[in-house]
Amino acid sequence: MHEISLCESILRVVEEHAAKQNYQKVTAVWLEVGALAGVEVEALQFGFDVVMKKSIAEDARLEIINVPGQAMCLQCMKNVKISQRFDACPVCGAYQLQVNAGDVLRVKELEVE
Amino acid sequence: MCIDCGCGTKEITIDNRVYHDGHQHNHDPHISDRRKVRIETDILAKNKELAENNRCYFHERNILTLNLVSSPGSGKTTLLTRTLNDLQSSFSIAVIEGDQQTANDADRIRATGVTAVQINTGKGCHLDAHMVGHALEKLSPEKDSLLFIENVGNLVCPAEFDLGEAHKVVILSVTEGEDKPIKYPDMFYAADLMLLSKVDLLPYLDFNVEECIAYARRVNPKIEIIQVSATKGDGLREWFDWIESRRQLQFIRES
Repeated sequence: MHEISLCESILRVVEEHAAKQNYQKVTAVWLEVGALAGVEVEALQFGFDVVMKKSIAEDARLEIINVPGQAMCLQCMKNVKISQRFDACPVCGAYQLQVNAGDVLRVKELEVE
Repeated sequence: MCIDCGCGTKEITIDNRVYHDGHQHNHDPHISDRRKVRIETDILAKNKELAENNRCYFHERNILTLNLVSSPGSGKTTLLTRTLNDLQSSFSIAVIEGDQQTANDADRIRATGVTAVQINTGKGCHLDAHMVGHALEKLSPEKDSLLFIENVGNLVCPAEFDLGEAHKVVILSVTEGEDKPIKYPDMFYAADLMLLSKVDLLPYLDFNVEECIAYARRVNPKIEIIQVSATKGDGLREWFDWIESRRQLQFIRES
């Protein structure tokens, strides 16, 4: 639901870097999206095109880099892959999981002119 | 992998033209000015930075800030007005109200005698740290006070936005489904305390409290849970004690 405001934040990041690094046009944005970041990628794609209109990133491509969710199981002390916050530990079945990766939402790279 | 465009692993270069798996790019810098820049920037970084500013503001003034989140209709405002009525003789309290439209909730808060600022987010689905920063300029909460931020009724978006609060408190009413914690896991993961509200209605409902608590703990093993009724008073003592204990912990940390 807040994907539009996330896209506005992406645009702000892109514009701030444009001023610092002196580029005029952005043709692609690589975005890391964690499986646990609470973001709907389709909504993000849709919002991206709308928000980038009439900006330096108009018509830019949005490339999503999916980052899997990962947690430490406090019962069996193993690092395990999870796809949702309420998943059970795939090794021992416990729910005592501490998420340690996969909630990222980060602009990784840009392709610029 | 090609360092210029990052596509493909199998590649050959012939006269400065790079061939990847059957397609071809021109990487001659004189022909194309396209380049890649590494940014590695968290897109919520701006909000996090402003949230840290708010957090500093609270620490300097020893203000305990609680961010109240829930779906619409959970009884958040009723619970808050009851809390204000019962606690305002003990502490100085202020409230920031977030809603898409109307000042109805701020009016309900002000009727208790407590100072409140209403933020209308318009189409926005959550409060962010920037809005709260401006609300603080208007509100100027007193030193050693208690600040409640009543977020927009929404169990999704407010989970992602740090406002600088000490704790998120999620309110879930027993008139909703007991599986809400696993339907909206991000919010229950982000919260430190869950208030299970309207428990006076339990005799009339088919709501499984144990199951609801198990779901909440599955998402967040550390979440604390208090069952309350704002109209009948159940669990309020425990809720007020929780607030007092957080205030003291904050005070110890600051001194």
